[in-house]
Amino acid sequence: MSGTVKSFTAVLTGNPNCGKTTLFNALTGLRGKVGNYAGVTVERKEGAMLGAGPDHPIQLLDLPGTYSLSPQSLDEQIARDVLFQKLVDVPVPDVVILVVDASNLQRNLYYATQVIELGHPAILALNMMDVARTNGHEIDVEALSKALGIPVVPMVASSGEGLETLKRLIRDRAIQSRQPQLEEAPRPAIRSFLELPERFGAEAKGLIERFEQTLPDRKRLAAAEAILVLSDDKLLGANLNQYPASIRDAVTQARARLESAGVDWRSAAIEARYARVFAIQQHVTTETVTPGETFSDRLDRVLTHKFWGLALFVTIMALMFQTIFTVASIPMDAIEAGVEWLASQVGNWIGPGDLQDLLANGVIKGVGAVLVFLPQICLLFLFISLLEDTGYMARAAFLMDRFMSKVGLHGKSFIPMLSSFACAIPGIMATRTIETPKDRLVTILVAPLISCSARLPVYTILIAACIPDRRWLGVLGLPGITLLAMYLLGIVGALGMAWVFKKTLLRGDAPLLILELPPYKRPMLRVVLRHMWDRSSLFVRRAGTVILGINILLWFLATYPRSSERADDYERQRLQAAESAFTHLNSPAEFANQISRIRAQFSKADAPTNASPERALFEKLLALDLEESGSQLRESFAGRLGQWIEPSIRPLGFDWKIGIGIVASFAAREVFVSTMSVVYNIGSVDDSNDGAASLASVLQQERREDGSKVYTTLTGLTLMVFYVFALQCVSTIAVTRRETNSWKWPLLQWVYMTGLAWILAFAFYQSGRLLGFS
Amino acid sequence: MNDSQTLASLKPGTRGVVTEIRIPVEQRARLLEMGLLVGTIIELVRFAPMGDPVEIRVRGYNLSLRKHEAELVMVRQS
Ligand SMILES: Nc1nc2c(ncn2[C@@H]2O[C@H](COP(=O)(O)OP(=O)(O)O)[C@@H](O)[C@H]2O)c(=O)[nH]1
Ligand SMILES: [Mg+2]
Repeated sequence: MSGTVKSFTAVLTGNPNCGKTTLFNALTGLRGKVGNYAGVTVERKEGAMLGAGPDHPIQLLDLPGTYSLSPQSLDEQIARDVLFQKLVDVPVPDVVILVVDASNLQRNLYYATQVIELGHPAILALNMMDVARTNGHEIDVEALSKALGIPVVPMVASSGEGLETLKRLIRDRAIQSRQPQLEEAPRPAIRSFLELPERFGAEAKGLIERFEQTLPDRKRLAAAEAILVLSDDKLLGANLNQYPASIRDAVTQARARLESAGVDWRSAAIEARYARVFAIQQHVTTETVTPGETFSDRLDRVLTHKFWGLALFVTIMALMFQTIFTVASIPMDAIEAGVEWLASQVGNWIGPGDLQDLLANGVIKGVGAVLVFLPQICLLFLFISLLEDTGYMARAAFLMDRFMSKVGLHGKSFIPMLSSFACAIPGIMATRTIETPKDRLVTILVAPLISCSARLPVYTILIAACIPDRRWLGVLGLPGITLLAMYLLGIVGALGMAWVFKKTLLRGDAPLLILELPPYKRPMLRVVLRHMWDRSSLFVRRAGTVILGINILLWFLATYPRSSERADDYERQRLQAAESAFTHLNSPAEFANQISRIRAQFSKADAPTNASPERALFEKLLALDLEESGSQLRESFAGRLGQWIEPSIRPLGFDWKIGIGIVASFAAREVFVSTMSVVYNIGSVDDSNDGAASLASVLQQERREDGSKVYTTLTGLTLMVFYVFALQCVSTIAVTRRETNSWKWPLLQWVYMTGLAWILAFAFYQSGRLLGFS
Repeated sequence: MNDSQTLASLKPGTRGVVTEIRIPVEQRARLLEMGLLVGTIIELVRFAPMGDPVEIRVRGYNLSLRKHEAELVMVRQS
């Protein structure tokens, strides 16, 4: 053997909300790392146990919460696969820490006994002892340990009670596993908690033998696996290749025999286990007070009340999004300014040229485009973690389920959809709380139809340019109504498409809503903050790389081909302008010097603004710059693309200049505004009001060849309808790719949204024309 | 037995013993695993503000189901 120390792996497993993550954080001292299991987006939390000693590290793995070994969601499937040693990138567990909620013993023991039957060395962490005590359950720990055949540690993970004992047991186990074993020590017999009814038991026995013979390398798991396979009708169907035909046939025949004997093979094992678990629970618990209303029950009377529950829900959501909008905007502005500053600094470090432009506009602004979302994402995850850890998230789903069920979704899809008003990226990431893969996919697919904050600048500019500012009754204005209409259109679109997807592509038996409403808990701030940080930084790392790549590509399309003729031509015009301003100079080199001096002097914030010949020259220079970048953009690949797609957008009433805007804002909608200002030579317009106003007035004056207005009310509305539906956001595509782990879904999302955008814009424009608008 | 009624027809705050589960066999496995079996005592806690879903209490914890499913669980009031 080589000298490497085999690291010791302990996995934490248990029902959702039993305190696994809290315990994991206590054991690792919040130093765990969060990643993903290979190929899926299930969170993988790993870390080294504190106090294990440097020579013999103990690796901890926090498995996703699960109710049983017959998985219903991706999370549960991962937990099962780890315990069955089916994942190649996860080490075989050396010890399993079963986290059990002492205040909810029966259902927690249902899962715990299933895992014990797998025969891994196991320790039971009997968590939430404080809650159990308050609720009047006294638990005989000795008796429980005896009934289960494994050590039991009573604990309160959130306060650290029992933590040292648990650590000691884990360390002992690790030391034991390092002892040189001369002979293969006989493993203790695996305990079974099932007293199966006669017929079912006989069939199970035959099947176990079959498993032992057919899969000798998994012999130890045979008993547990055979009964799971026999009882779970999804297991055989889903993984046809997983089991050899002889086993599949044996299972099918056994089921047929049981059915003809009138035995329900689906429920026999579950009933037998609950009977046993009930007996154990009765045996080990003494009720010290008669069960009355707990604090959590009283809180629920208000929070799920017919009137107050809804009122508080609306208030909480409003506060949450108000905070995300307002509080996040401060660091967002700072990040934007920082990115601008950095991009301008690049000019000082590297001489002008393509490399500078690539770094400044491609790389730095590309990274900036990702980072700028970070404050919103952090805040959203902060709220989501808070809602989850307190237990309110389940109530939100409970309150909203009726509403969401109208389009075939769960209550759990509500929060992701709501988050998408701020930004589809955190919205899509929030879908992780949805267990059913199909519902999660539907929610991901439709979330970007909700009008996000990046559409706001586009709506603003088009409304200013195209919608007459008419008001009724003082307050009700046409611009405001238009804006509201666009938001409503997005909502209707999202719900409608959800319904369509649920009816077609992602149909499937409507999963039952089986939603646990866990007792309210006081969250631990450190854990919540940590959770927020883990999720946010994972987003930056993964989505960031894709966004960066696409930004570089777009930069390339908008920059090339470069024409040296044009550059020379504009340089000549600049020199001519300088020549006519400074008649006493005569060499081109001197003109060039004057040009740089004037540029430097007037670009300063405190530059004089009164009219002067130098000022006039400066303005002339700026106008030439704009003309040059406009002409350069029109002839770039992006510009050619805009002209190339013109035939396809002419039926919508758009010309090739709008085409450039659409192409350039492929990566991010808000880019439409700055692109249009480059196309129309009005200088780089930011989202500030003056910039938008000047762009709007230029747009209003824009004429077609026949002299009619380009930006009529109808064109403006059509363009807005297009932006409501089109998926003009690389970040969304990247995050969908990441969350679904395939290019198929982002592609479908892009295609259906773009198609929808075109069809609806077409229908809108053409019916507008038929009705006599132009 | 004729004195069975659906879970959804219980009044909030009342209890019953499950006598029959009429949810299709392919769909009910998870419900059984959550501890809702024939013979289990359940209490109807409340209906959501819009009347659906329902919240029940089973084996010492709270669970929420759609009314549609609650109408397929038969109970005998106790
Ligand atoms: N009162 C009490 N609360 C706890 C205990 N352990 C965890 N919690 C809280 O229970 C909630 C859920 O815990 P978490 O670790 O996220 O559960 P998980 O879903 O199993 O990972 C959090 O708000 C914790 O702060 C405990 O022993 N006692
Ligand atoms: Mg957890």
